[in-house]
Amino acid sequence: MSDAKITPEIVAEHGLNAEEYARVLEIMGREPNITELGIFSVMWSEHCSYKSSKKWLKTLPTTAPWVIHGPGENAGVVDIGDGLTAVFKMESHNHPSFIEPYQGAATGVGGILRDVFTMGARPVANLNALRFGAPDHPKTRHLISGVVSGIGGYGNCVGVPTVGGEVNFHPGYNGNILVNAMTVGIAPADRIFTSQARGVGNPVVYVGSKTGRDGIHGATMASAEFSADSEEKRPTVQVGDPFTEKLLIEACLELMDTDAIVAIQDMGAAGLTSSSFEMASKGGLGVDLALDTVPMREAGMTPYELMLSESQERMLMVLQPGKEHVARAIFEKWHLDFAVIGRLTDTGRMVLTWHGETVADLPIDPLAEAAPEYDRPWEPTPAPAPLDPATVPVVPWTEALTRLMGSPDLASRRWIWEQYDHMVMGDTVQRPGGDAAVVRIHGTDRGLAATTDCTPRYVGADPVMGGRQAVAEAWRNLTATGARPLAVTDNLNFGNPEKPRIMGQVVGACQGIAEACRALDFPVVSGNVSLYNETEGQAIPPTPTIGGVGVIDDLDRMATVAVPAEGEAILVIGGGPADGWLGQSLYLREIAGREEGAPPPVDLAVERRTGDLVRGLIQAGRVTACHDVSDGGLLVAVAEMALAGSIGATLSVDTTPAALFGEDQGRYVVTLPEAEAASLLADLGGTARRIGVTGGDALVIGADSVALATVRTAHDGWLPGIMSSTPGRS
Amino acid sequence: MKAAVIVFPGSNCDRDVAVTLRDVTGQDPRMHWHADPDLPEDLDLIVLPGGFSHGDYLRCGAMAAQAPVIAAVRRQAQRGVAMLGICNGFQVLCETGLLPGALMRNRDLTYICKDVHLKVVTTDTIFTSRYDPARVVRIPIAHHDGNYVADLPTQCMLEDEDRVAVRYCDAAGRVVDEANPNGSTANIAGVLSENHRILGLMPHPERLADPRLGGTDGRALFTSLLEALS
Repeated sequence: MSDAKITPEIVAEHGLNAEEYARVLEIMGREPNITELGIFSVMWSEHCSYKSSKKWLKTLPTTAPWVIHGPGENAGVVDIGDGLTAVFKMESHNHPSFIEPYQGAATGVGGILRDVFTMGARPVANLNALRFGAPDHPKTRHLISGVVSGIGGYGNCVGVPTVGGEVNFHPGYNGNILVNAMTVGIAPADRIFTSQARGVGNPVVYVGSKTGRDGIHGATMASAEFSADSEEKRPTVQVGDPFTEKLLIEACLELMDTDAIVAIQDMGAAGLTSSSFEMASKGGLGVDLALDTVPMREAGMTPYELMLSESQERMLMVLQPGKEHVARAIFEKWHLDFAVIGRLTDTGRMVLTWHGETVADLPIDPLAEAAPEYDRPWEPTPAPAPLDPATVPVVPWTEALTRLMGSPDLASRRWIWEQYDHMVMGDTVQRPGGDAAVVRIHGTDRGLAATTDCTPRYVGADPVMGGRQAVAEAWRNLTATGARPLAVTDNLNFGNPEKPRIMGQVVGACQGIAEACRALDFPVVSGNVSLYNETEGQAIPPTPTIGGVGVIDDLDRMATVAVPAEGEAILVIGGGPADGWLGQSLYLREIAGREEGAPPPVDLAVERRTGDLVRGLIQAGRVTACHDVSDGGLLVAVAEMALAGSIGATLSVDTTPAALFGEDQGRYVVTLPEAEAASLLADLGGTARRIGVTGGDALVIGADSVALATVRTAHDGWLPGIMSSTPGRS
Repeated sequence: MKAAVIVFPGSNCDRDVAVTLRDVTGQDPRMHWHADPDLPEDLDLIVLPGGFSHGDYLRCGAMAAQAPVIAAVRRQAQRGVAMLGICNGFQVLCETGLLPGALMRNRDLTYICKDVHLKVVTTDTIFTSRYDPARVVRIPIAHHDGNYVADLPTQCMLEDEDRVAVRYCDAAGRVVDEANPNGSTANIAGVLSENHRILGLMPHPERLADPRLGGTDGRALFTSLLEALS
């Protein structure tokens, strides 16, 4: 090991400030060596310690009668009935994906899959939430292409369907794209695995891939702002091996069917350091590791490198004594490395040896408990000036609709999801393109619905309202399929929290998320925070992505967005005659080129009442299609339903931009047979209004119409168009 | 009908095809691990499933074609046991030489997962007897390397011996280049062995064999096999 003197420069390179280093000295009672310093560095990084956000994360509601494990485990676990649970989490891989989009995105998928199968769940669905810079920015095309092939390259090979997601474009992401990946798995309720180590003397076992030098200091990189030379950090990006991950899933699930495992933890950010620390810390134990027994990919690796490597597809387990041979046989069958690398102890210390010589010796609890936690100064985001409706230009609705449907944030994502295997496992009941993806719970007639949502332009204008809206939209998207929303995972992506303005966005968004989760009984069960998404001082738009999961108890009573037949009545449920909120709308941005005003308010009581009503109608079989109204407003929602069913519509509505394209919240469009429309309207009273009838091959309002084919060309053509154009030339 | 599904490391459609086999035949197939060289002798059908055997890291199907079980697969092929290779299984069959030709990277170089239209070229096989040759069927593809390539003599041989099982076509049944998703020679989506007992197929019939999943056009392949082999 290195006996290098720890200089202030070395401390700074490890991302620790003077105050934090003073705490290191206090805990150690001596100067740390380089390996120990490296361990402190990753354990106290923003990525691992949540030091800036912890105070605010604690304010989120995390419990409900159906929540089995909330935040704190590898993934959240909720009861879905019949002795089964849904296990899910979303995690960011933003910084690596910007530097090396293919591997960054691929390993993002790999990491989140491991978080889910570590708990004993078979992954059944992958989703993602992606944000790219301006479509015409010279890097955007390269980044889209790399990220999409990376997500596909990993998920397709592993054999877990990628069923849903969302994509936004905004110049605010030019220097920092966002790649948030979510996995949903299913596990038996009586067989959930956690990371809490138990049993002094029990063997600590390493399985999976060998350890190499990739990804050293990835967690530290993800905890700092980018600068112009960030691409030099490319060697800190890990390389994914989805084939090994597939073997690891099968081997772990096979071993989980025996009684050999006491505790299990994947090696994600900060690799062996964070996994061994977490297991021992949760069990109140110590751990001795003989680092020379770790399977290594290359010769000459040092203890420092072994502890900080972020090589992928690795797991750490504590086994029942005497069960090593059971586990070894399974891992050898799957051609995976297996090594007993240590034992649990009662010392409360992590002791690392290298060929018998002690190379690091640190106390576990003091290090974990003394992890810095900051109450960073924050400024509330100033309320935006309200939009003056008189200044909004009026464009004929036919032109506005075609432009909106072919605009970056609304155009079809087919070019993306056709590169993902969204059908493997044979349970994809609703493919990408609807409100939420639905996968059947294998072997049953029940389903899980899942969605990812956030509207960053709303959050930027008003973080509290934007935070609420992200949760409400996820809840609404699940509801629109007929699912009972159960819980969410959140992925909070922001700029540099040391700036009070940015910290104010974090605080506001957390407040809005907490309010909505409480009002909708939709608790946060897992999540991830990604800060320092800034380049050259320019922060991303605040993007707290919400991943929602719900359950459908009878797949025969599920709704899709597609107009099913001609001659059906079209109703809007929710909202009212005064609808017409254009502040922060896509109409304003795409047609007027302005991003202004306050976002549409979300009234959570109304949201809940309307959603419960719509879900009841779907479950009672009273509507034939359902779609929530979101980006682009009412006419865009109707157009999306018409395109999905290849059937047009004739509407009787005001043709003002506000009426057609206002983004008022808490609304759904439904269709139903004409003969049943009058009685449903009577039952719903003022909550619903009839807006038209399905049929034909155009969208018609009064004397004007636009052919579905025209809308489809704009909608389907945009993304393939930019991906086949030559960037940076005009 | 006794069926076995060969499971390679990296297979990922093994369970999907097993579910369809059980659904159609009422019997669970044997899930046979690639490293076990002893394949039962009383099988009616051997299925090589889709997926990424050995990660597709060398060349799709190349390493699986060297698996310990393959010697037994070859022996049973000689005896005329029916075999179905789907997607990666088709690639494995080409790599073993049990089917002619090769599957190269898709013409557009991207992975493609979508429903395609197919024309059943011959219904005079154990795999396709229950299809109506006049009807276009819709079945998904999901692959990166499905561009079927065969030299001209091989192509002529396949045509002469009625060994092209299915071709990509448009919704109206026209075999045109616009309906060719991956650049395959003559829009070929599936080929038969000389004795018509082995079928390699890029589309996944097991993915649309259950009405819940949005279609059942793949099901007739399994009912054809059940009828022929029980």
